[in-house]
Amino acid sequence: MTNHWIDIKNSDAVLIIGSNAAEHHPVAFKWIQRAKDNGAVLMHVDPKFSRTSARCDFHVPLRSGTDIAFLGGMVNYIIQNNLYFKEYVVNYTNATFVVGKDYAFQDGLFSGYNPTTRKYDKSKWAFEKNKDGGPVIDTTLKNERCVFNLMRKHYSRYTLKNVSDVTGVSEENLRKVYDAFCATGRPDKAGTILYALGWTQHTVGVQNIRTSTLIQLLLGNIGVAGGGINALRGEPNVQGSTDHALLYNNLPGYIALPLSSWQTLAEFQKANTPVTTLKTSANWWSNRPKYMVSLLKGWFGDAATKENDFCYELLPKGEPGEDYSYMYAMDRTYNGKMRGGFVWGVNPMSSFPNTNKMRTALDNLDWLVCCELHNSETTDNWRRPGVDPKACKTEVFLLPSAHRIEKEGTISNSGRWLQWFDQAVKPAGEGRCFADIVVPLFNRIRELYKTEGGTLPDPILKMHWTEKFDAAEWTRRINGQFWQDTEVNGKLYKRGQQVPAFGVLKDDGSTSSLNWLYAGSWTEEDGNKSKRRNTTQTPMQAKIGLYPNWSWCWPVNRRILYNRASVDVNGKPFNPEKPVIAWQDGKWVGDVPDGPWPPLAMEGGKLPFIMCKDGCAQFYGPGREDGPFPEHYEPAETPLANHPFSKQLVSPVYKFHTTPHDKIALPADPKYPIVLTTYSLTEHWCGGGETRNVPNLLEAEPQLYVEMSHELAEEKGIKNGDGVILESPRGRVEAIAMVTIRIRPFTVMGKTLHLVGMPFFAGWTTPKCGDTTNRLTVTAYDPNTTIPETKVCCVNLRKADKLTEIG
Amino acid sequence: MPKSFLVDTTRCTACRGCQLACKEWHDLPANETKQTGTHQNPPDLNPYNYKIVRFREHLDEKGNVVWNFFPDQCRHCVIPICKEVADMAVPGAIVKDERTGAVLVTEKAAQLSEADIKAVIDACPYNIPRLDTKTHLLTKCDMCADRVQAGMLPMCVKTCPTGAMSFGERDEILDLAQKRLDVVKQKHPKAYLAYVRDVSVIYLLAEEKKYYYEYASFM
Repeated sequence: MTNHWIDIKNSDAVLIIGSNAAEHHPVAFKWIQRAKDNGAVLMHVDPKFSRTSARCDFHVPLRSGTDIAFLGGMVNYIIQNNLYFKEYVVNYTNATFVVGKDYAFQDGLFSGYNPTTRKYDKSKWAFEKNKDGGPVIDTTLKNERCVFNLMRKHYSRYTLKNVSDVTGVSEENLRKVYDAFCATGRPDKAGTILYALGWTQHTVGVQNIRTSTLIQLLLGNIGVAGGGINALRGEPNVQGSTDHALLYNNLPGYIALPLSSWQTLAEFQKANTPVTTLKTSANWWSNRPKYMVSLLKGWFGDAATKENDFCYELLPKGEPGEDYSYMYAMDRTYNGKMRGGFVWGVNPMSSFPNTNKMRTALDNLDWLVCCELHNSETTDNWRRPGVDPKACKTEVFLLPSAHRIEKEGTISNSGRWLQWFDQAVKPAGEGRCFADIVVPLFNRIRELYKTEGGTLPDPILKMHWTEKFDAAEWTRRINGQFWQDTEVNGKLYKRGQQVPAFGVLKDDGSTSSLNWLYAGSWTEEDGNKSKRRNTTQTPMQAKIGLYPNWSWCWPVNRRILYNRASVDVNGKPFNPEKPVIAWQDGKWVGDVPDGPWPPLAMEGGKLPFIMCKDGCAQFYGPGREDGPFPEHYEPAETPLANHPFSKQLVSPVYKFHTTPHDKIALPADPKYPIVLTTYSLTEHWCGGGETRNVPNLLEAEPQLYVEMSHELAEEKGIKNGDGVILESPRGRVEAIAMVTIRIRPFTVMGKTLHLVGMPFFAGWTTPKCGDTTNRLTVTAYDPNTTIPETKVCCVNLRKADKLTEIG
Repeated sequence: MPKSFLVDTTRCTACRGCQLACKEWHDLPANETKQTGTHQNPPDLNPYNYKIVRFREHLDEKGNVVWNFFPDQCRHCVIPICKEVADMAVPGAIVKDERTGAVLVTEKAAQLSEADIKAVIDACPYNIPRLDTKTHLLTKCDMCADRVQAGMLPMCVKTCPTGAMSFGERDEILDLAQKRLDVVKQKHPKAYLAYVRDVSVIYLLAEEKKYYYEYASFM
């Protein structure tokens, strides 16, 4: 989230799209209701009417996979009707930047496309450069190649008619949402966009979110109270795990994964330290070398010295262009390139797409270690229905894990708040928390290297490690420590003491921090700030529900990111009734500002978007794999043969695999005419591996169902409660029909199109409840993130004569 | 001063936290249920569910979907007819705690004959009590009498994350109910409170009871 949960109450228009907030964030939904109490309009744009829709002012059904068309239409609507916040757009964004001559867009393809490699040469999208290498800026917006005019031209095709034809949303409903949300383009109004996996799980997932960036920047809604682009994170600590680099492509604190092309630390730092020519740009990532060295120091301690590049050479290096995501790991497993593995904190044999491929792939492992609360479809894959256990070679080790209430530590919520959780009860039986399994395991490995030696023991043995896991100890290490006596503003810190903030981190080995973003969370002065539960605030902070003394939030306790964009160039809040920060008597008051510098118009003033190289938010984003502007493409598996935006039907760069299991139906395949979208529900947790083992939850939602319209049900001779068989090119699934007015047929390109929706909580290890929906879903991925398109695939369905999975 | 609940259905998201929390507090076992084409599960009140959320959908006059949620429970009537009927057979089988207003089934209810039990069930205008055939006892919401006596909120109210449920002194709840009704009426002109004078569990409904549940309201 750019903002935080409480802040949603400050909004004048709440657009929930790509999220089912009431069902998946039932507790936090109260802040959305608070906005409504304050007079905000609540809108839900989603394929199906859900419990969220029931509490909104209105629901607009959208065909799954057409969010860019829907939002691109709003971009066009804003520009054509002059609804944008011009002062904000001109001063704080790259709308004024001139794009280089090599950029072009024609019939759905950007310049630089190579059809053989299915990749773009992104150098073609570069900005025009001045003699000093900096951007050419036209604040009059008259240059026809400035970003604003290219954007205007790009979205001129996104007319109400074209958008309506593709999305299945009536023009009347489009206007209803556009008018309500665009009313927040005024300086004293704010609109928030709430999204979740409904946006990410597409072959155009990143660009779905990028399109919301365009809208929020045009309307001046970033950095302000009640505004922002807010990812409602699913798993309680998914924000924390992202910050700490759960993903393969970065290191903790959003530092790039070292690659084989950067053999030395100097090469790494050069490639990862942006340089700006603009005096008004803070270019915060110019500090990255300090964070990288402090991270290495945190990992290797005294072994990390200037002379040995702080042990940079001991880090594994990725190959440029190689994809190490979980989808690729499973494909390697399928192809026999993996011998064993650890599967923790996920039940892939239920929640990964194209599960028949995944289950077959897992059979290829010699050994598998699972760490779980319960037996799951993954731990028991070797004895799944239709498989002879004796034929499976995999040796499975099942380690009992602690439940989250059985352990202590921090959780980072969607609003980036770091909150300490106490252990409520001790783990049952032999259960242990993950870290209490990893630490002894790693110590055993270290012992073996010490006594027996081995290839390249240094990364293992030089690690600044621990004998026993202690959550508090690691929380302190994440904050960071001094490794030599250091004086800061006249105060002496001894070696081993906590660093007070990331501003003191250095690239000389004198400091460590396992994640620079969290520096300041546990200090000598204030102790463990994640335990703070103090509600004091200033009258100004009270106006927007900002509680700076409750827990702690990264970065530096800043509750609303990019808050310098909430004030004009003189530091005066755009909305004086809901000020985030204000420049008063020579200093900032309110929230922690994005840097200490004075307002932009003053000497030494800085632009608000401090994480962007040139300080301006990016309408034009030349760093993505699939283009600098979001463009509508159909999902990889689509019921359409063409669409009105271009001849490029699907994303030209989406990723996929090619085993016999990775089938994708042809466009408009009459064998699979119905769109399937999948989702979670309140009563079960993701793939259900945990919650299906809670009898009271299973009582409330016992069996797999498929939601469908009365019209489709009638066409197929299906009654409410009947058994149904669904088929895609990849699998077959049984479900119970839930015939409802909450799903209605769409009219798309003049034709009636049916969409059905299914949760994915079911699994065969729970008797009679059905088996995973993901046997139907597609292995096609976003080119930037490799997130699979589980939100759309094409199926057919029929009434079942007999059910075998559901009893 | 007796206690009252306000159940503001216009704030309910049907998360079913109340339904589950009620079971957990009372340590009630799970029923084996089936998916029959609705989220409403278990399908009805039963000896192991003193509270369930009912779901009902319809299209309004403009063709918009309306999905109503009704967290159903004993109303703890001001003059409980179930008690009056039970008293005729076994005095003390059902009692009303005058301090809290809670209407409670006692162990004496086991002495009620099958005909008496049927009479009590039929008498309830809200179709609430259910017979536990194993214990031969009538079952229903007990207002979490143990919690309330200890100064705590009933479990359903404690659990409700959206502010759909409130609990407190009757005066305060009546006041709150009227205030909420005034707000809700701006968007839902047909909204009403069912049935303030007669019950301790007051429902704020946005439209006629047929769009919620046959027994949502007395009239």
